[in-house]
This record gives sequence, C-alpha cells and structure tokens, in this order.
Amino acid sequence: MADVALRKVVKRYDDVEAVRGIDLDIADHEFIVLVGPSGCGKSTTLRMIAGLEDISDGDIMIGGDIVNDVPPKDRDIAMVFQNYALYPHMTVAENMSFGLRLKHYPKAEIKARVTEAARLLDITDLIDRKPKQLSGGQRQRVAMGRAIVRNPKVFLFDEPLSNLDAKLRVQMRIEIKKVHQKVRTTTVYVTHDQVEAMTLADRVVVMNKGRIEQIGTPNELYHKPATRFVAGFIGSPAMNFIPCRLEDVGGTLQLRLTDRIAFPLPPARAARYNALPRTEKLLLGIRPEHLTESHAHLAPGVETFDTVLDVTEPMGMETLVYFGLDGAPVCGRVDPNAGAKDGAPMRLAMDLNNMHLLNEETGVVL
Amino acid sequence: MADVVVEQGQAVRAARARKQASLRNVLGRKSTVAFFLTLPLILLIALLVLYPAVYSVHLATLNKSMQKFVGFGNFLFLFKRDTFWMVVKQSCIFAVTAVFFKALIGFIVAHFVHNIPAKGQRKWRGMLLVPWVIPPAMSTLAWLWLFDPSYSAFNYTLSFFGIGPINWLGDNVWARFSVILVNIWYGAPFFMIMYLAALKSVPDQLYEAAAIDGANWWQKIWYVTLPMMRNIIAITALFSLIVTFANFDIVRILTSGGPLDQTHIFATWAFKVGIEGSDIPLGASVSLFMVPILAIAAIFILRDVSKRGNEA
Repeated sequence: MADVALRKVVKRYDDVEAVRGIDLDIADHEFIVLVGPSGCGKSTTLRMIAGLEDISDGDIMIGGDIVNDVPPKDRDIAMVFQNYALYPHMTVAENMSFGLRLKHYPKAEIKARVTEAARLLDITDLIDRKPKQLSGGQRQRVAMGRAIVRNPKVFLFDEPLSNLDAKLRVQMRIEIKKVHQKVRTTTVYVTHDQVEAMTLADRVVVMNKGRIEQIGTPNELYHKPATRFVAGFIGSPAMNFIPCRLEDVGGTLQLRLTDRIAFPLPPARAARYNALPRTEKLLLGIRPEHLTESHAHLAPGVETFDTVLDVTEPMGMETLVYFGLDGAPVCGRVDPNAGAKDGAPMRLAMDLNNMHLLNEETGVVL
Repeated sequence: MADVVVEQGQAVRAARARKQASLRNVLGRKSTVAFFLTLPLILLIALLVLYPAVYSVHLATLNKSMQKFVGFGNFLFLFKRDTFWMVVKQSCIFAVTAVFFKALIGFIVAHFVHNIPAKGQRKWRGMLLVPWVIPPAMSTLAWLWLFDPSYSAFNYTLSFFGIGPINWLGDNVWARFSVILVNIWYGAPFFMIMYLAALKSVPDQLYEAAAIDGANWWQKIWYVTLPMMRNIIAITALFSLIVTFANFDIVRILTSGGPLDQTHIFATWAFKVGIEGSDIPLGASVSLFMVPILAIAAIFILRDVSKRGNEA
C-alpha cells in the first residue's frame, strides 16, 4: 500500500488539453473519488495513474517514487474497468489468478489468494465458471477479485458500477465499501454519479473541464461548496440559484430576491456579507431541503414567502415542489402532508442559515 | 332410401370439409411455409451441388470408355500406383505448408496494419490485398517470368551474391518450393484481412487489463489475442485448406505438375489423367479422393469451433 501524488499533471491530445495541471495528494489507505461530468478529465487522470496514458507534463508519484515512465505492469496497481474486461476464455479462477501466474507465484499461494478473495467477495461457487455464465454483478465481483488477489499498492476503479442496474448499483456500492474496510488499500475511484462519490469517498475530488474544482470530504463539499459548479453538481435535486442583490434597509442588511420578496439576513450572515458592494450581481444558493412548507413556529433566520407552485412531484417520503421566482426555476422539498398541489398557492419557508451567496460572474461562493 | 342418400351426401361433404381443413392446416403451418420459401434455394443447391457430386461419383464407377460399371475398380487401380500416393503426399505437404505460412504471415502483417494509425490504414490494407485481387492465372504468369532460369529477376539478383543460377521450376525441390511460395503470396492477404477484422473485434480494455496484470507484448498475444481469435483462425484455416487443397491454376501454370510429376496435386493430376489422358472416370476418382481427407480436417476443426462457440 502506498500514497499517490500528482504534481501539475497535464494531458494534451493534439490541441486539446484534457487535464490542465492538477495537483492531488492521496494518503495511504485513503478512498478518493474523482467525480465530474463526462469529458472533465477524471478518467484520463485515472488512466495516467494506471500508466495506460502517457502524461504530457508534471509528475505522478506512487509510494514516493516518480512513475511517469514506468509501464503499467511495474506500477503495482490493479484496475477495475467499467465493462469488467474479464478474459472471456478463462474461468473465474483463471481470470483472478492471471496476474499472479504471469509473475510465477507458487501454485499453492495462488490458490490460497484466489480462495480468500473469492470468499471475501462471496463468489466461491462461481470459481469454475466462464464470465459469460455470470450476471453483471457477479462479473463485477470477479473483476474486483482479480484486483484484490494481486494485493497491489493502489486500486483504481473506472466507473465500475455504470453498467449495472440501479438496484444492483446500490448493492455493489455497499460491497465496495465493505471490501475497502477490510483490505484498506489506497483507492482511486472514478464516477460521474455524485451519489456514489458521496457515499464511498473519504475525500471527493470534483473535476470540471480538466481542472480540480474542489477537494474535500463529502460533508464539506455538500455544506461548503467552493464554486457554483460544485454547489450545483453535488446534491440531488441540485441546489437552486436565484439572482439577488444586497440592500440596506433601516440599518439591517437585506437580501432582495424579487420586487416583492426580500429577507433580512440572519446576524451571522449579515456580518459575513456586509463588506460586499451592494451593486454586485449575486446568486442565492439554497438547497431544496432548505425550502420547506411554512410552520407556525419558525426558527430564527427562517423566512416565509408566498408563491404559486408550477409542478409537484410526490416521492413518498417527501414531495418536491417546483415554482419560479422572477423567472428563475426553484425546487423545494415539502412534507407529503403539507397539501402541495400543481398550480396551487403555497406559503414556503426559506432557511437562510444554510444559504450560500455566489458571485454571478465568477461563480465563486462568497 | 332418400334418407340414406342424404346422409351419405352429408358424410361425403363432411369428409371433404375435414380434408380441406387438414390441408389448410398443413399449408398454414409455419414449417410448411418455411419449406416452400426455401424451396428455390434447395432446388438451386440440388442442381449446382448435389447433381455434380452424384454425377462425379457415378463417373468414378465407370470404365475408361464410360460404357461399363466397374464399381471400386478405378480406386483399386489408383491405390496400386506410386504416382497416386505421391500426389496424395504432395497435396498434403502443399496445402499444410502453404496454409501454415499464409496464416503466420497473415497474422504478423495484420498486427502491423492494426497498429498503423486509422488515417493511413485503408491505403495499406488496399495495397496488401492486391495479390489476392489479381486473378491468379495472370499473376502466376508474372511469377513464371520471375522464376525463369536464364534471365529472371530472381536469379539476376542472386548472382550479385554469388548464388545460382537456381533452376526454380526444373529442380524438384525448388519447384515444390516455388509453387508453395506463389500460393502463399496469393493467399496470405485473405488471412491478413480476416485476422485484421478479428483483431479489431478484441476489446482494447482486455489488453489494458493484461498490461496492468503484468503481461508483456508476447504474453498479450499468447493469452489475449490468440484465444480471442481462435475461432476465426480455425475457420479461416479450414476454408483456406479446402481452397489450397483444390488449387489448380498456380501449379498448372508454373510447372504443369513437372518435373516428372513431382509438383502434381489432386486437381492438376486429375486434370492430367482425366482430360489430357482421356480417362474421365479415373480423373473423377482422383478428385473424389480429396473429399475424405478434407472431411476429416473439417470435422476436427469445426468440432473445436463449436466447443468454444459459447465462450465469448
């Protein structure tokens, strides 16, 4: 096991810069998830760590050694691919032991390692089958088994759950987490699914357009996003962004959303935003769960307003309500018994203690 | 009486209706419709394949003047002749050697072409297919001149190295070498194009997985490429074996079976015996002898293919 470090790593394809100088330190035993939309450079970054892509500039270090020119086979890494990449002509056991056989491990040790990995992944009964006779979930387990038996320094996962159906994905997500708790190998995991990123990672790296937007624990990213991209990417339904401006009314700092809706900011927020120029174009970032039905007793910092709902989506445990504020689409989460109906008026409460204020032009969270 | 007639009439009508209904049922069955739809092809195959096959078996059982039935007489006659066994041996050597080298060269060239960037690949593919596209009767004539003992390009070039002149088509060893060489030249592009298609169907991620598992280039070929291509290799080899075994034009143009029948293979010898020697029944017997040999090869190769068929 080892730590991994990326120093100003760049990947260029002809004129296109897919990865634009990223720095990343991954500690030993850590589970890091690279997340971002397609084309953000996350898979390229993973493939550069694996050695499957050359790097155009910068350094990649595994266990303190620069591995820029080290071929994949000598990096002591294991990778799980999106489409599993199992050898179709080999049995499960042969697939799992392939790397060990190439390195001429003693037969007894190979058998012991394969048996142990199969037990860990609950595929002992499948050991003599060919990949074609396995289901998607089983194939994914075999692919993980192939990585585990090698006992590598680093595990690399390239969107391993994308080919599975939704139910199986949740199940395998838990399996992967359990396996990591047992083996504790440093893991780099790539996904475009923010739920996977949030649930699996010790730390999440959000990437966009070849750059790292933010690195942090799932909680940090959710509650303290650094940019509009991160704020909008993490969380489902996504955070609402409502154009707004600050104004002083009778000595208190107010947040004006529309001509008729303006809220006084809670003291802590007012102190934080007081220095901002009043002319600056701002965006209010508020998550749907902080837009709920109004109650008789409201906590300090929670303000109410009336609106007319466009659409409601009953989800069972909650109802999502959609409406507009001066043309900006907004989503809220209300209690299923709050009586939200399509086209009906409703009084909603906004928890300004959990608000974010963003610069509209730069997208930076203030 | 009238009742009886009426009853009889009803019974006849009922029977007729039943018959019509059952005929409708038969005609309406999917299998019947399928049979009628495939009938034109069945008739075509019967006309173009079965009839000549049966006719050649019939021919092989006649005497030279084709007047008398001699049963296995022609075969028994052939078995006693040394030339026949020599032709059997030569055909086997010719086909097996040529197919092996065609497959080997095709595999190597396919790898090179596969690794050429997509832009230039079409050009190379086109150029490498040329030997296979030119009618062999024409290209073999060019080879005939290349092999000429007195003024050929080969011997002229070799003379600079102090070698030769080699009697390419006059010496029995060199003559065998030459006909096999030309057959390889003609047939290797077919293997190349088949293997190239097979190579393209191997997912890149398998190679990446193998690279991470620690495989070098040779191990990638041995453990990934070859197993993934096994079926294509087997079927291409079988197809080529059949065509090479039955080859006629290259040997006919280059050596006509000479020197001293040393390069004859089944087709050329059957032609010599049957057409040139005016013993068509004996010629038919010679060519029929290819069937059991190829059948055995086909059974072995195809059995392996169907065994592996459900892996990928």
